[in-house]
Amino acid sequence: MDNNATTQMAPEVVQAVAQAQAEVYGNASSMHTFGRRAAALVEDARSKVASMLECAPEEITFTSGASEANNTVFSIAKMLIEQGRGKRIVTTTIEHPSIMETVKYLRKEGIEVDQAPVDSEGRVKLEELEKLLGPDVVLVSVMTGNNETGSIQEIGRISEMAHRCGALMHTDATQAIGKIKVSCKEWNLDYLSCSGHKFYGPKGVGVLYSRKGVPFAPFVHGGEQEHGRRAGTYNTAAIYGLGVAAELAQKNLKEEHDRLWEMRERLRKGILKGVPNVVVNGCQEHCLPGTLDVSFPTAEGESILLLLDMYGIAVSTGSACATGSLEPSYVLLAGGLDVELAHGSIRFSLGRYNTDEDVDYVIEVLPPIIKKLRDLSTR
Amino acid sequence: MSDSFMATWVYTDTVKDHFINPRNIWKKDENWEPDAYGEVGSLACGDQMRVGIKVRNGIIYDIRWLTYGCASAIASTSMMSEMVKGMDLEQAYHITPDMITTALGGLPEHKFHCSVLGDKALRAAIDSYLEKNNLPNPYKASTATVVCECRGVTDQQIEELVRTDKATTLEELQALTGYGTGCGKCRDKVAHLFEEMRHIYGKS
Repeated sequence: MDNNATTQMAPEVVQAVAQAQAEVYGNASSMHTFGRRAAALVEDARSKVASMLECAPEEITFTSGASEANNTVFSIAKMLIEQGRGKRIVTTTIEHPSIMETVKYLRKEGIEVDQAPVDSEGRVKLEELEKLLGPDVVLVSVMTGNNETGSIQEIGRISEMAHRCGALMHTDATQAIGKIKVSCKEWNLDYLSCSGHKFYGPKGVGVLYSRKGVPFAPFVHGGEQEHGRRAGTYNTAAIYGLGVAAELAQKNLKEEHDRLWEMRERLRKGILKGVPNVVVNGCQEHCLPGTLDVSFPTAEGESILLLLDMYGIAVSTGSACATGSLEPSYVLLAGGLDVELAHGSIRFSLGRYNTDEDVDYVIEVLPPIIKKLRDLSTR
Repeated sequence: MSDSFMATWVYTDTVKDHFINPRNIWKKDENWEPDAYGEVGSLACGDQMRVGIKVRNGIIYDIRWLTYGCASAIASTSMMSEMVKGMDLEQAYHITPDMITTALGGLPEHKFHCSVLGDKALRAAIDSYLEKNNLPNPYKASTATVVCECRGVTDQQIEELVRTDKATTLEELQALTGYGTGCGKCRDKVAHLFEEMRHIYGKS
């Protein structure tokens, strides 16, 4: 139940990767037949990904993952600011660490970055975002769906706001792929990042979409791969597997969305029925279908996580104790959640291979665990 | 699946045992009355502990505790409660997080700070016991360590000033103690200790 951390590769993907790994070992950049066979797999994946994201194949660049894609976009924004084409970047307080940490780095480098706040449901306050926008903004970056709370942002509307002030629009759609419809065309996006392993594809491979004609500068230098946009020998098998995963995600989207939401609701209702004093975090109406983040006051998150682990149930927590820092989840705190509740938060994230039986098992096992911890708690 | 893919638990077997079967829990329905108790930490900072003791002839003959915290906090308080039973007050007062961690077979480095609350709550309980019974407290001073040599500032002074809200910032702490105004080499150490104390007493 930790599918927002990573997913199990689909059997179809495992088979595709294994076959490509064994049979197609040529360098996709080589001109000879071995190379061209590999290149064909890469291009096959490119068109599948493009079809899923509703963009043109040549607008897709393969990367090592969403972190690299996010870093690339922010380094393009840095370049634009250094060229004098604007002064600021606008993003939010709940982005993935690959953006939060990049923001810290850019600020150290003297780049101005503003972060729009979110409301108690984890949704960006659009009126606050509007106030931060102006002609000096080069890039607006807002994640599609949040990894912790599952809250979904109005990317289409935010994109319109960004373009109105002449800024480029980026979204990190890593958590949304395969769960809700993500469309570069419909949302009129300039950049988008996502990662293979979050939608039943391989780890270590991701995608950067960049609209035709938008500014671009490579983040990884050193080769002519991807039309000079990203250096490095093609990880042919993983890219091919990503393509297969994209095809499955596109094909199963509606069915998977509905199934995940039904399981999530089954879980939410079961927990609320079986455990007293529970707080459901994030947004109920605009939420990624498989994500459920809940807080158990007076029970601590890491302890809950480890006891669930004893029963073979894998979850995540926003507690500081699980990270080794003294601070609990910045995402939950950004939404105004009480620090104590953040320490007691547990994220369930359901995926394609979870069943109703899994959900019922959690509903059965969880109440005594919470009771046990509350019994030995100081409050 | 082959053996090379077998996972190991984050903590040692001893930690796991004390986490799953914590000893000497202060059960709410037990009506166990301590001679004295101490409490440190806060729910907001992620861990809080309460330790109660019963003392006869200077010996801690019974102990109960409650903890809101992570696995290592629960396990270290449980281990401490086992170690303390039968100790005299002086021995018990000098239990350190190091001794508890060693008895647990070690903790991951970043979890060490989770084990520093149990012994503090115990010392708070002993302090309270001695105060309640109008007994002298020779242990408190004996466990103090000088952190600022130039101005003779001890860790206990800093702890007390944080606990009682007399020093809420480093500037206030410096105005009260003069730490770091000599050679200045203690500044980092004091800043670190100050943050730790603020955490432990739920001030941050």
